[in-house]
Amino acid sequence: MTDTTTNHEPSRVLDRVVIRFAGDSGDGMQLAGDRFTTSSALLGNDLATLPDFPAEIRAPAGTLAGVSAFQVHISDHDILTPGDDPNVLVAMNPAALRANLPTLPPGATIIANVDAFDDRNLGKAGFAHNPLADGSLSAYTVYEVPMTSITTEVCKEAGVKPRDAERSKNFFALGLISWLYTRPLDPTVEWIEARFSSNPMVKEANLRALKAGFHFGETAELFESSYEVRPAPLEPGEYVNVTGNTAVAWGLIAASRVSGLPLFLGTYPITPASDILHELSKHKNFGVRTFQAEDEIAGVGAALGAAFGGALGVTTTSGPGLDLKAETIGLAVSLELPLVVVDIQRGGPSTGLPTKTEQGDLLHAMYGRHGEAPLPIVAASTPSHCFDVALEAVRLAVKYRTPVILLSDGYLANGTEPWRLPDVERLPRIDPDFATAPNHTRPDGTEELWPYQRDEATLARPWAPPGVAGLEHRIGGLEKSDGSGSVAYDGANHERMTRLRAAKIAGITADIPLVEVDDEQAGATVLVVGWGSTYGAIAAGVRRVRALGHQVAHAHLTHLNPFPPNLGDVLRSYRSVLVPEVNLGQLSRLLRAEYLVDVVSFTKVQGVPFRAAEIESAILHQVDAEARREEEAGAGWPASAGGEQ
Amino acid sequence: MTDLAEPGAITQTTRKDWTSDQEVRWCPGCGDYSILAAVQMLLPELGVRRENTVFLSGIGCAARFPYYMNTYGLHSIHGRAPAIATGLAATRPDLDVWVVTGDGDSLSIGGNHLIHALRRNINITILLFNNQIYGLTKGQYSPTSEVAKVTKSTPFGSLERPFNPLSLALGAEATFVARTHDMDRKHMMETFRRAHDHRGASFVEIYQNCNVFNDGAFAQITGKDNRGEMLIPLVHGEPIRYGPEGEHGVVLRADGSISLVEVADVDESDLLVHDEHRDNPGLAFQLSRLSRGPFEPTPIGVFRDVERAEYGAEMARQIEETTARKGPGDLRDLLRSGSSWTVS
Ligand code: SF4
Repeated sequence: MTDTTTNHEPSRVLDRVVIRFAGDSGDGMQLAGDRFTTSSALLGNDLATLPDFPAEIRAPAGTLAGVSAFQVHISDHDILTPGDDPNVLVAMNPAALRANLPTLPPGATIIANVDAFDDRNLGKAGFAHNPLADGSLSAYTVYEVPMTSITTEVCKEAGVKPRDAERSKNFFALGLISWLYTRPLDPTVEWIEARFSSNPMVKEANLRALKAGFHFGETAELFESSYEVRPAPLEPGEYVNVTGNTAVAWGLIAASRVSGLPLFLGTYPITPASDILHELSKHKNFGVRTFQAEDEIAGVGAALGAAFGGALGVTTTSGPGLDLKAETIGLAVSLELPLVVVDIQRGGPSTGLPTKTEQGDLLHAMYGRHGEAPLPIVAASTPSHCFDVALEAVRLAVKYRTPVILLSDGYLANGTEPWRLPDVERLPRIDPDFATAPNHTRPDGTEELWPYQRDEATLARPWAPPGVAGLEHRIGGLEKSDGSGSVAYDGANHERMTRLRAAKIAGITADIPLVEVDDEQAGATVLVVGWGSTYGAIAAGVRRVRALGHQVAHAHLTHLNPFPPNLGDVLRSYRSVLVPEVNLGQLSRLLRAEYLVDVVSFTKVQGVPFRAAEIESAILHQVDAEARREEEAGAGWPASAGGEQ
Repeated sequence: MTDLAEPGAITQTTRKDWTSDQEVRWCPGCGDYSILAAVQMLLPELGVRRENTVFLSGIGCAARFPYYMNTYGLHSIHGRAPAIATGLAATRPDLDVWVVTGDGDSLSIGGNHLIHALRRNINITILLFNNQIYGLTKGQYSPTSEVAKVTKSTPFGSLERPFNPLSLALGAEATFVARTHDMDRKHMMETFRRAHDHRGASFVEIYQNCNVFNDGAFAQITGKDNRGEMLIPLVHGEPIRYGPEGEHGVVLRADGSISLVEVADVDESDLLVHDEHRDNPGLAFQLSRLSRGPFEPTPIGVFRDVERAEYGAEMARQIEETTARKGPGDLRDLLRSGSSWTVS
C-alpha cells in the first residue's frame, strides 16, 4: 500500500511525528486515533498516545465544549511522551480547530474538513470570520479537504443514506492520514470487517470512506509527498499497545494467578477508573468476580468482606470515591487484612475535572484517614508499568496484611504505549500464607488462634479466613489487645498497637528496591525526583537538557510509603533537588518532612501532563542557578537550593 | 486442632460450644441477652459447623454480638455490615453469614446497603434489633422512633415519621421477611431457624427492649399479659386469627384492604389465609402495616418467604458457564488479546 503514484515525490523519511485528531465528540476521533495507533504499532514504531475527552458525554455539537481529541506520537526511536505539540492537526470542524490552535506551533500542518466550516459552525466555535479564508492561519500549512461530501458521495453508490454516511467521515480522515504517513490499510480493513460484521451497511460505508480517504491522498494533487516513519529499534519480543487501566486489570488478574487467591473487585463506576471494571468483568473464566456496588463505600466494604473470606479484595476509584472509602480503609488498617485500593487520580477538589489528569491525591492516600493509619502507597509511571505496580500492590497487601493504595491517573489510565510482554511463567509467586494451626495455648492446655500474634520479621498478623476448625476468632474496628486481639481500651496497649502498626508499614522499606538514579556521568549537581505519570515528561526533559551539554540526574519513585531505603542518601548527594508534580507540591512536602532536604517544587495543575519542554526549562533554570551559586561561592556552596518556584 | 477437625462429620454441639469466652457487656436487663441466648441455643439444632459460621456487625449495642459467639466474627463500622457481608457471601457460598444490626445501624447510616443487599438477594441472614432508640450513643431518637418522641436530641419532640422496617424490606424486594420479639425465645428460635434455612437474603425484625433508654417500648404488645390480645401469629396456610381463643381475625375486604374483625361477626371462610410464598408482596406489605405501632394488634412470624436466584450462586454460575465456554483463563493469551506484534 505504500506505493505512491507518479504525481508525488517519493515519500520523505521523518524520525518522528505527532498527530492530533480533533473533532466533535460524536465524530469518532478516539476511534480514528486508536486505529492509526494500532497500524503504527504493527509497523514497529515506538509510540505514545493521549486521548483528550470532553467532560460531557454529548455537549452540543460543534461547540468548544464538545471537542474530543486524540494525540499520537510515533517515532523511529524510543520516545517517552505523546509529544508536546502536534505537527499535524486534523480538524473535523471549526471548534476542533479553535480548541487546538493554542498548542499548534508555527509551521504545523492543519488538515481541515472544509465542509464543516459553514457559518453556523464557525459561529458556534466563536469565529467571526472563516479562518481558512481570512489569512489568520498563514503560519501553518493548511489543507482543505471536503471530507464530509466525498464520504457521502462514495457511500451513496453503496446505497447508504447521506445522514448515515456522514458518520463514516472519521474513516475518511483515517484513510487520508494513513496515506500521508504510509500506514497500511489492511489492519484497519480487517478490524472494520470484524467489528461491523453484523451491520453490513455500516461496514460498507466505513470501508468506502477509509479507502476514499487513502485514494484522495494519492490522487489529489494537494500533498507534495507522503511521509514515512520507520520502525524503532525496540527490544526483541512480543508487544501489545496497552492503556494504564487495562494494564492494572491484567496485573490484578496476574496477581490472582500467582497468589492463587480468587480476585474480587468491589467498585462503583467513576471516571476515569471505570474501564478497569469493564475489563475485569470480561474475564470471568479467570475466576474473577466483579461487583458493581450501590456506592463507593459498599464497593470497598464488599472488597474487604471478600478479603476476610480469603479472596484478593480490590476496589477501584478516583478522588471523590477515595474520600468516601476512607472509613473502610481505616477499618482495613485496623483489621490488618489485605486490600488493594486503586485510585485513578483526576483533577480535584470535589467533582473537579473528571476527565483530566492530576496527581492531587498523594497526601490524601498518605494521610486521609482519622487516627494513626499508615499504609503502603505505590504509583505507576507509565501505562504498562501499571501491570507491575498492580502486582507489587498485591504482594505488599498480602505479605503485610494491609490495605495498599495504588495511584495511577487519568493520563496513564487512557494513554497507551507499546509494552513488551513479560514471561508469565516467571512472575514471582505470592504466598497467601494462610494460618493453618492455632498459635496460642491457653493455661488449661487448649489451643486457639491469637489473631494479632505477629510474625517477628514482618510484624504481619495471621490471615485466617473462616472455614478452618479450631481457628475461630473475632476481629473488629475497636482497638485490640496486642496478641490475643480481644477488645482493649487501655492506653498503654493502644500505644503499643499504634506503634506496631506504624513499624510494620515502615519496615516494608527493607523489602523494596533501592531507588535507581539515572545520572549518566555521575557528575550532575541537580537531581530531578518525580513520581507517577510525570516519568515520561521528566525523562524526555532530562534528555533534552543533556543534549544541550549539561548533566542532570533523574530518580523516579514507585514506592511512596514507605520510601526506598536509600532515598535520603540520594537526595543529600545532589546540590539541588527539583520535584515536578501535577499538584501544588505534595511529594516535595513529604520529602522535606522526612529528610529535611530543601527540595525545589515545580508544579502545574492544568489537567494535562507536563510537556517535556516545561521540564527542560525548569531543569535549565535550576542548573543555571547552581552554576551561578558555585561561581559566587567559589569553592563552597550553600547546602540549600532556595525557595519554591 | 479441636473437636470439629474431622472432615465430613458434624459433631453434636451444645450452647456452650457456641459461646465465646468474652464477658457480655450489655446493660443488665437488656433484651439483647435473650436474643443472644436464642441464637446460641438454636445453632446446635441447625447441624451447622462453627468454622463455617460468621457473625458480622456494624456499630451499636447489637453490634457487639459477634464477640460473644465462638465462631468467626467481624465487628465492622457503622452501617456497612451488609456491604461487607456481600463480599464475603459472594465469594464464600460455603459459609453461613449472619448480620446483626440495629435500627440506627441499618435503617439510618446504613440504609442504602440494607436495601441493596435485600434487592440483590445476597445469601445472608439479617437480624435487626429494633429498639426504636440509639442506645450506644446514649439515647437519641432513631429512624424507627415514633413521631413526637422526646429524647436527648429532641427535647421538644421528634418531627420525623418512622420507617416501618418490614414495609421497607418488602419494598426493597426482600425474599424473606419476618418479625419476632425478645420476650419469646421459642418464637425467636423458630423464626431464626426459618431465616437461616432460606437461600438468599433473610430479614428478621426483632422487637428488642432497651431498658435503659426506651424501656417498655413494646410492652403493650409483648408483655406476657398482653401478647394474647396484641400479637397476631402468622402461620402459613392457616387463616390469620389471634386472641386467647382465636376470637379475632384478619379479613381481606372487597376494596383490597385488610382489617381486623371478630371471628364471630364473619364467616370463618372469609378470614385471610396466610400465604408466605405469594409471589406478589402486596398482601405481605399490607400485613406489615396492619398496626401503626407497638400499641395495636401486630402480626409476628414469617410474612414472606419466596424463592429467587441468589446472588453469590448466580455469580458462581456465570464463572462456571464462561469457563466452560471459553476454557479456563490463560494469562499469556490474555496479555496478547489486543493485537500483538513481534519485534525480532
Ligand atoms: S443501651 Fe439499651 S440496647 Fe444498649 S445495651 Fe443498654 S439496654 Fe441494651
